[in-house]
Amino acid sequence: MDLTQARLLFIEEANSLLAVMESCLLEIESGEAEVAEHIDAIFRAAHTIKGSAGMFGFDPVVVFTHNVESVLDKVRSNELEMDAALINLMLDCQDHMAAMIRQLEDDSVSIDLQHGARLIDQLHQYIQPQPVIETQSKTLLHTSPADWQIEVHYGEDVFRDGMDPLSQLNFLQTLGSIHNVQTHWAFPEVFDPESCYLQLKLDFASDAGKQQIEDVFEFVQDNSVVVITTPQHIEQSLQNIAPSDEKLGALLVSVGAVTERELQSALQTQQQQQQQSQKEQALGELLVEQGAVSVDTVAIALDKQKSTEHKRPPDFQFLKVEARKLDELINLVGELVTAGASIDTLLQQIEHEALQEAFGVLTGLLEQIRDGALGLRMVQVGESFSRLRRIVRDVSKELGKDIELVVSGADTELDKTMVEKLSDPLMHIVRNALDHGIENKEMRLYKGKPAQGQLKLSACHESGSVVIEISDDGAGLNVERIRQKAIEKGIIPSDRELNKEDIFKLIFAPGFSTAAAVTNLSGRGVGMDVVKRNIEELRGQIQIDSIPDKGTTFKIRLPLTLAIIDGFLVRIGDTHLVLPLNMVQECIEFESQNENDRNYLDLRGEVLPFIKLKQLFNLKSDAQAKENIVVVQYGNHKAGLVVDQLQGELQAVIKPLNTMFQSLQGIGGYTILGSGNVGFILDIPQLVQFASTAENASCHPMS
Amino acid sequence: MDESFTKDPLSHQHFLTFVLRDECFGISISAVKEIIEYDNVTPIPLMPEFVKGVLNLRGEVVPVIDLSVRFNKAPTEIQKRTCIVILEIVFEEQTVTIGAVVDSVSEVMEINMDTIEPAPTFGARIRAQFILGVVNTGDQFVILLRGERVLSVEEMTAVIENVVEK
Repeated sequence: MDLTQARLLFIEEANSLLAVMESCLLEIESGEAEVAEHIDAIFRAAHTIKGSAGMFGFDPVVVFTHNVESVLDKVRSNELEMDAALINLMLDCQDHMAAMIRQLEDDSVSIDLQHGARLIDQLHQYIQPQPVIETQSKTLLHTSPADWQIEVHYGEDVFRDGMDPLSQLNFLQTLGSIHNVQTHWAFPEVFDPESCYLQLKLDFASDAGKQQIEDVFEFVQDNSVVVITTPQHIEQSLQNIAPSDEKLGALLVSVGAVTERELQSALQTQQQQQQQSQKEQALGELLVEQGAVSVDTVAIALDKQKSTEHKRPPDFQFLKVEARKLDELINLVGELVTAGASIDTLLQQIEHEALQEAFGVLTGLLEQIRDGALGLRMVQVGESFSRLRRIVRDVSKELGKDIELVVSGADTELDKTMVEKLSDPLMHIVRNALDHGIENKEMRLYKGKPAQGQLKLSACHESGSVVIEISDDGAGLNVERIRQKAIEKGIIPSDRELNKEDIFKLIFAPGFSTAAAVTNLSGRGVGMDVVKRNIEELRGQIQIDSIPDKGTTFKIRLPLTLAIIDGFLVRIGDTHLVLPLNMVQECIEFESQNENDRNYLDLRGEVLPFIKLKQLFNLKSDAQAKENIVVVQYGNHKAGLVVDQLQGELQAVIKPLNTMFQSLQGIGGYTILGSGNVGFILDIPQLVQFASTAENASCHPMS
Repeated sequence: MDESFTKDPLSHQHFLTFVLRDECFGISISAVKEIIEYDNVTPIPLMPEFVKGVLNLRGEVVPVIDLSVRFNKAPTEIQKRTCIVILEIVFEEQTVTIGAVVDSVSEVMEINMDTIEPAPTFGARIRAQFILGVVNTGDQFVILLRGERVLSVEEMTAVIENVVEK
C-alpha cells in the first residue's frame, strides 16, 4: 500500500474532522446547539484522529489528542460541564491539533511545544481533580457484576492439539473472576486416555466484551462447543445505544452480545437454508437457536433497528473521490463538448435531416453530462463561512466588541476551487469589517445603535453567477478620508474629481490603508489589493457600497464555474468573440446613420452606452457589413457591444490565457470553436472597465 | 563565450536549421516538439507585432511568435513554405509551448560542438544574448540560437504588458 497516499488521506480526514469539531464547539458556544447534540460528534472527531494518528505512529498527535479525548469523554458521561472556559480550552486544543496536522503536511511549519504542554496541563486539571467521581462510575458498573455464563464442551482432540483447558481458565482469570465452576465428563464406551472428555460450566464476572472472552477459547473452537451467554447488562447497554441503522448482526456484535464467529456461523446456516430452498429462518432466530443470545436481547436489538430504518445518517450518502479524477473527467467532458461543436459545424454543411436529429439528441445528452460533471465539483459555500465564524469569534473577543454573525444562504453551491480561493479574501474583508467597520460599544451607543454589532454574510444565485455579500452595520467608509489618504500616498493627483464609487475603489489600490493605528489584525495596507486580485483571478468582481454610520457592504460576484459556460458567439472580421450567455440581454441592429461622435443610444427611452469593439481592440473588419449591438447586463450595469455578426449560442470550454497574455484587458480566456479556430471569451465587467478607462484617457490627455 | 557547451560530454548535438530572411539559423532539436504548416493562426487584439496570434494545437492554445520581429526585422510574410516550429520552453519549472514562425525549415544537422564558433560581438544584427554560437557548414554560416532566450516568456510578458497598458 502506498503510504504517502494513506498519509495524505489521514491529513485530509483529520482536517475535516477538526473542522467538524470547530463548528460544533462554536455552535455550542453561541447557544445555537445543546452540548448533548454535538458532544458525540466532537468526541468522535477527537477519537478518530487519535486512532488514525496511532496507525501512522504520529505519537505527539496521539498523546495530545488522548488528553483531549479524556476530557471530552467526561463531558459525554456528564461528569464535566461544558462551560465557556472549557469550550475555550477545547478550541485552543483544536487549533493546536490543527497545527500538528499541518506540520505533518509541511515540515517547515513549526509548532509551539510549550503551548501544547500548557494545554495538556490545563486538560489534566479537568481530568484529575475528580478521582472520586471516577471510582464511583467504575463501581456503578460493578454493582451488577456482569455475570457471563460460559459453557465449554471440549472436543476429544484438544489435548492432541496441544491445548490445555486449565491454562485457558488461568488466562480467563486475567479478564475477571471465575465462580461456580461445574465440571462434567462425557466418557464414551471406549475410553481413550489421550482424549479430552471435559465439559465446563462456569459463571464469570467481568466487564470484558463477549468477543474478548471468546478469544480466550479461540484455539479450541474448531472442535469444541463454546457457548457464552449474554449477561443482563448487555441488554441494558443495547437499550442505551443510540439508534443506528446497522444490520441486526452488526448491532449485536457491536454491543458484545454475539461474537463475529457466532454471527458468521448463523449467516452460513441461513445461506445453506436458502440454497436448499428451505424456509429461511430469521437471523435472530438462528442466533437464539445457537444459544448465542437470548430471545429478549434479539427483541431489543430489533426494536432499535426498526426505529432507525428511515433515518440514514448523512455520512453514508457521500463518496470520497480524488480531485484529480474529477478534473480529468471534466477535462474530458470539455473535449467532448468541443468535439460535438465541430460535428455540429460539419452537419450544418450537409443536408441530412435524420443525422441532424440524431445529433440533436446527442447534444441534449452532452449538455446533461456537462452539467452533471460540473455539478460534481460544486460544494456549498458554507464551508468557507464556518471558518469565518471562528474568526469573528476570536477577533471580536480580542477587540472586546460584541458582534453577532448572521449567515444566510450557506447552502449556495459554488465550484470547489473557488470556495478554496475565496476563503482568504473573505477573511480579509471580515477582519477589516470587525476591526475598522464596527465601532466599539460606547461609540455605538452614542450613535444610538444597538450595542451589539452585526456582521451579515450571505450568498445567493443571481442570473448565472453567485453573489456573496459581507455587510456590517458599522461606521461606513469615510469618503473624504479615503480621498485624502489616496492623495497623500500619491495614488491619485490632488485635483482629480472622483465620484463616491470611484473613491471606494481606491481602497483596493496597492499600499492603501486609512487606519490611523496599525493593529495586528488589519491596517497594514496589504490585503485589499490582494483581495481584489484574488477575486479577479476567479473571473469575479467586487463592489463596495457604504453609507456613513449605517455600514458597509462588500458584494462579490463570481461565475458559477471555471470550466465551461454557455456562450453567445459573435464575429468582428475574422475574430470570434464569445460572450457569457447569461449576461446577454438582447440584440439590436446598429443604426449607423447617427454616426456622430457619441457612444450611446436610446434604447426604448433608456440611455445605453455602447462600446465599439472594433475600435477598442483595433480589429480589421469588412467595412460594408451591417453592424449589430449586443446588449449585455451584469449587476446594475448595462452596455451595448458593437459587433459585425451574431452567430448564435455555443457551449464554450474555457481555456485560460497563456501567461504572456495575462495583462490583456477585457478578454478572460480562449475557447476552441467548432471550426477548430480559437475564439476569445470576453470578460464583460473588465471590458466595460477597460473601455471606460480608455475613453477617460482620451478625454483627459493631461492626466 | 559561455563554456557550458564546450564541456558538454556529448560532442555532437542535433540542430534543426531553418531560414529566416535569407539567413540560416539553427536551434537544438531537444526543444522542438513538432513543425506545422502556417495555418489558422488567430490574431490577438492589441498585441505587439511580434505576437502573430494563437493556434489550436489539438486542443491546446499555443501562442505564435514572429521570430523575424523578435530580431528587429520586418514581419515575416506568409508564403507557401512558411512554417511554425512548435517549441517547448521551460519557464518557472513549467514547460510552455510556443510556436515560432520561420520562412522555411531546412534540415536536421548533427553538429560537432567543438566546431561552434562564438557569436561575433557585432555584425549579426541580432541581440548577442540570443546566440549560442555560429557554425560553418562548408557552404554557409548557421547561427545557433538559444531557444529559452529568444522566446523568453518573462521578457515577452513584460513587453506585452507595456504595450497593453499604453
